[in-house]
Amino acid sequence: MSALNPQIVEKIKYLITLYPAKQAVTLPALHLVQDEYRCVSVQSIVEIAALLELSPAEVHDTMSFYGFFKTEANPLGKCRLWVCRSLACDLRGADDLLNNLIDKLGVGLGETTKDGLFTLEEAECIGACEGAPCVLINDVHSLNVLDADRLVEEIKKKL
Amino acid sequence: MAKYEPVLLKRISKENSDTIESYLADGGYLGLMRILKDCSPSQVIDLVKSSGLRGRGGAGFPTGLKWTFLPKNHPGPIYLCINADESEPCTFNNRVLMEKDPHQVLEGIILSAYAVGASKVFIYVRYEYGDAYRATERAVNQAYEKGFLGKNIQGSPYSLEAVMHKGAAAYICGEETGLIESLEGKRAWPRIKPPFPAIEGAFRKPTIVNNIETVACIKNIIDLGGDWFKSLGIPPDPANPRDAGSYGPKLYCISGHVNKPGLVELPMGISARELIDEYGGGVWKNRKAKGIIPGGNSMGFMTYDELDTKLDFNGPGKVGCLGLGTGAVTVFDDQTSIVDVLYNICRFFAHESCGQCTPCREGTSWMYKIIERIRKGHGSIEDLNILEEVGNRIGTMPGTTICGLADGAGWPVKNAIRKYRSEFESYIKNGTKKFRHLHLQMAHH
Repeated sequence: MSALNPQIVEKIKYLITLYPAKQAVTLPALHLVQDEYRCVSVQSIVEIAALLELSPAEVHDTMSFYGFFKTEANPLGKCRLWVCRSLACDLRGADDLLNNLIDKLGVGLGETTKDGLFTLEEAECIGACEGAPCVLINDVHSLNVLDADRLVEEIKKKL
Repeated sequence: MAKYEPVLLKRISKENSDTIESYLADGGYLGLMRILKDCSPSQVIDLVKSSGLRGRGGAGFPTGLKWTFLPKNHPGPIYLCINADESEPCTFNNRVLMEKDPHQVLEGIILSAYAVGASKVFIYVRYEYGDAYRATERAVNQAYEKGFLGKNIQGSPYSLEAVMHKGAAAYICGEETGLIESLEGKRAWPRIKPPFPAIEGAFRKPTIVNNIETVACIKNIIDLGGDWFKSLGIPPDPANPRDAGSYGPKLYCISGHVNKPGLVELPMGISARELIDEYGGGVWKNRKAKGIIPGGNSMGFMTYDELDTKLDFNGPGKVGCLGLGTGAVTVFDDQTSIVDVLYNICRFFAHESCGQCTPCREGTSWMYKIIERIRKGHGSIEDLNILEEVGNRIGTMPGTTICGLADGAGWPVKNAIRKYRSEFESYIKNGTKKFRHLHLQMAHH
């Protein structure tokens, strides 16, 4: 059975038409796969490589440069919670927020809760410093986050 | 000074400011239509040159001049890459522009593409800017529907395709050749220059890389004229033959220990003190600023006594900073330990060094380890000298690295130790009462 569903394969084939070189679709393809499956499995790498006429090693080389993509040994939870730790947030309580989230979720950094809902990570500046401390919920900003409990409860309601 | 009315940020508080209907109702795309009808690309380049616009991404290179580095009469394709990988810590002006007024940005992009003769533009947006990405993508789709993108734009001979491209959370992709490598699907290792991208860039074709705020300026230069742009800001400093002037409006980000963090548009050249007091609501908790970083982590520090420095391209350098950077001012108050601030900055660069050049990979990581040791109370005075030495030896200026990341990593270290040495020394001698154990781990690993 293939690792990539037909929709993703079609999307990758479409993206190939937009770029002057197939390899340029590497990041877009990795995003499609991780968004859908919460990680990029070895088999997915092989299939992306076949579509882009690359060696799987080339796809893996790019993928591993960006610590962003997860392997199947360590998939993301439904919600990737990135807590900004860079200067503007650090000056306004990011550290307390992070410690409170660790307590609230009962996981360490880079870990996923047992129910598979949350993966907690630190991020470098996520570019919302006017609302420090801020977090990213997958790719959506949440500003002025002072109450870890409330943040987690609000996300749970939406999941 | 009379109150300045924002131009780039004029529309951001409007309802539905991100839709094409609202943008057209405000006269959007009229400038583009006029240019396509009446002006040649070289006239646009001349106008941008005459405005004195310098790139807003951090380096401050004159935009019109950059455009002229493209080979003449090239058979094509020529590519335009838009650098929306805004990752310099404490900087968020591109995000606000894309989220709230993506058509202004897009009109600037199309005008720039026309000027340089690009047939395709790649808009590289950092992953973290999900809302900005989606707003810009919607704008691109709407622009295709209304004939502002695609074949024969508004009936003119000019055609342009726009492709949205998403990054994957790596600071180095903001370096223009790192961005190009990343766009091509490779690890984002900056290229050795020359060749510069204008000669051989994305997919080995001539390529111009421009920043979001820069293209927003271009849109307004087209509408309001080069003279308008040049009427704002500060002319070249006669004492500095390398200064090309600091014209036009600038989006200043204010963050950290102020009462009103936010984004403000002002003519270039406001002093840091006025920016903090008049536009940032002053330092919080009735405290005094110990210092600021004037334009993102890479730029180094200004002390309290240096805050009257003008935030133009030429000002921060006068007090030993690397430059204006992105114009993102972060304030830290007098209760904050400079050791903590520098620790945070060193950790950032150690994490974000791409690892290609040994002096940067090792240097950033050792600076981080040393400042961590100091912070934990195990430092020695000699460590300060080592930090300064490493800071001085990594980067493109001493000639040891391919890109400027290492210059930006070394600068805050050099600045901090020179400007706050007595505080470091007393921290090292008197122990670490304020230190608290942190959960330390690299992001995403």
